[in-house]
Amino acid sequence: MPTLIFPGNYDSLEKIAEFVTMEARASGLNRTQVFAIETAVDEACSNIIEHAYGGEGLGDIHCTTISDRDRFVIVLEDHGKAFDPTSVPVPDLNAPLRDRQSHGLGFYMMRQWMDEVRFDFHDNRNRLTLVKLKA
Amino acid sequence: MEIENTQYKHCDLIQVSGRVDSSTAPRLAEAINKIIESGRFKIVLDMTKLEFLSSAGLRILISTQKICKRYNRGEVVVAGVPEFVKSVFDLAGFTPLFKMFDDSLTAVGYF
Repeated sequence: MPTLIFPGNYDSLEKIAEFVTMEARASGLNRTQVFAIETAVDEACSNIIEHAYGGEGLGDIHCTTISDRDRFVIVLEDHGKAFDPTSVPVPDLNAPLRDRQSHGLGFYMMRQWMDEVRFDFHDNRNRLTLVKLKA
Repeated sequence: MEIENTQYKHCDLIQVSGRVDSSTAPRLAEAINKIIESGRFKIVLDMTKLEFLSSAGLRILISTQKICKRYNRGEVVVAGVPEFVKSVFDLAGFTPLFKMFDDSLTAVGYF
């Protein structure tokens, strides 16, 4: 159950991806699953920096991976402002080009790539739990 | 992320390699804006060496496509699209919005 702490900067995204994909591969996930996790974690961490902290260099991201027989779990924690998942608009993926809104896309993809996405706010910390089933 | 830009008679080719995420996407936007600001709106984005594409990159693609297609003056097309990007395009509903070519040579020939 390794935990690494990264500064909340966009420069950290590649390092976070390296850590998480290495753990995911080691736990036996296939290429497609590893890619899904890399995308979801990147979107989640970008959200933390942009929305929870409101910018770069304002706090850390704690990243923990947990692997068991059936699941690979990533837990991301920050001490930014409480995140309300219902505040994110749902993108209309069938809209014509001129009406396409690009916001909410990352959040939507995160939910689509993972089997379970859970948000908690405790003791002034956001905790995001991302679950990928191994089967 | 590395960007190479080649100007052809009828279009511009951008070869992007490595990771496009929130950290690197602004540099891609900058490269594209330079082309648009010079009044060129036909762009081929070669993704052969792309290793990762987040929604930050998708946002640039959609806004560039909107600008280029305005007044029918041009279009962004993509070439050498890796399988993982195809999955991202499908998931994000981008597949109908961008013509895909097997390689950049064919894409450049399209314009």
